Amino acid sequence: MTASRVVLGQVRKRFGRLEVLRGIDDSIAPGRITALVGPNAAGKTTLIKLILGLVHPEPGSLIEVDGIAVNGDPSYRRRIGYMPQAACFPEHLTGRELLQLLTGLRGQREGLDEELLQRFRLAASLDRPVRTLSGGTRQKLNAVVAFLFRPSLLILDEPTAGLDPVAAGILKEKVLRAPGEGTTVLLTSHLMSEVEELAQDLRFLLDGSIAFRGTIAALLAESGEPRLERAMARLLEAAGR
Amino acid sequence: MSVTRKVLAAQLRNVARSRWILAYGLLLLGLTELLLRFGGSGERALLSLLNVVLLLLPLVSVVFGTLYVHNAREFIELLLAQPVSRGSLYLGLFGGLVLPLAGAFLLGVGVPLLLQGGGEPGYLRHCVLLLGAGVLLTLVFTAFALCVAVRLADRAWALGAALLVWLGCSLVYDGVILLVTTLFGAYPLEGPLLVLIFLNPVDLARVLLLLSFDISALLGYTGAVYERFFHGGVGSGLAVLMLLLCAAVPLALGARWFRRKDF
Repeated sequence: MTASRVVLGQVRKRFGRLEVLRGIDDSIAPGRITALVGPNAAGKTTLIKLILGLVHPEPGSLIEVDGIAVNGDPSYRRRIGYMPQAACFPEHLTGRELLQLLTGLRGQREGLDEELLQRFRLAASLDRPVRTLSGGTRQKLNAVVAFLFRPSLLILDEPTAGLDPVAAGILKEKVLRAPGEGTTVLLTSHLMSEVEELAQDLRFLLDGSIAFRGTIAALLAESGEPRLERAMARLLEAAGR
Repeated sequence: MSVTRKVLAAQLRNVARSRWILAYGLLLLGLTELLLRFGGSGERALLSLLNVVLLLLPLVSVVFGTLYVHNAREFIELLLAQPVSRGSLYLGLFGGLVLPLAGAFLLGVGVPLLLQGGGEPGYLRHCVLLLGAGVLLTLVFTAFALCVAVRLADRAWALGAALLVWLGCSLVYDGVILLVTTLFGAYPLEGPLLVLIFLNPVDLARVLLLLSFDISALLGYTGAVYERFFHGGVGSGLAVLMLLLCAAVPLALGARWFRRKDF
């Protein structure tokens, strides 16, 4: 599969009176790693969930993955691997049953990417009910699920939260190799060091609008700061926050 | 359809391993045994059992269902991020709740009932009727549970609403009927009461069962009307149909909300 392109046109979303996204126009380039950053409640998770079809946009919004409009037909999600912020699985199922369920739902049993399963040494934990696994182990399982079907679009919401440094290192290394294997990566993170390490492209979301769009290098050059963390603070100051 | 089946199979495993389902089945088993041993002859024990079924089944179905769907929220999100349509996932969720709940009921109540096997004629028919009505009530109140859990995102609100549904159907509704009969006692009420009873699944199940036990005299002067209405195949058939409708309407409403929901 070739890496996916995501196109957003005038994407709006409101929850009641709260306007979470105020007309986002964007294009996520294929085969690159794009980081979605911004303060809490900026709309990052909502934007991700819109792409996944978990949240319905306001009428007039356009969301396309590889030219297929996201409008209720679920088949485009065959291309997507998703790692949510908190891994929460049915507590009485074992990891193996969970993976079986997902491979069954995807109808894809061949050519699975089980690299993370091996590198996280999860084999021994797979036959235990999920509720007996530690939070970190569940998060590892979560990462395995995201990569398993070799998606052309990988969406990672705070991927390393809850992982120990070794596991986080393994995951980051895997993410960095994804573009070479034909996968577009869209990730959110609050760790600027992680963003600098992983991403080439950056979207800075502030109050439901994109306050910066470009490469990380461009942002650093523009702000004259050596570190992303300071550059971000500058952006926030400029926005009057 | 295959998505529904796969989700259902996984749900079934998950729910069936839950300690709550086991506790529910054991509770019913214990109650049934107790009533059969100490509740008098087969017919009378069945009557007491009927009251347990009418009170306990709706409560457990609606509360367990609501809490389960709320707990599964993140997992539902993960499943919806797969190439899975919302409609089939919803049906899988419903089936995955109904089957274990109905299974626990059928085993917990059905096994001791059938083992006891009273010699009276019609005992078996009454047992089957009781089990059938229990399964229908489980369907109805699981559908209510899904409806409530999908609509109300807040856990406490959802649980409160679930309890209100149960309270309304089990107690408040009867109070209203009683009020109506005392207030308008001077008028011929058989028709309106029949309609009122047809609108509450718990009442429907109760009348359906009581009449089959040949104790319609207990229902007072309107009993004769119900007897005439329900005793024929048409009346009972209509009652079963109405119970199915009581499940279908909240199920469809919940599906509609589920399709439009923002997760």
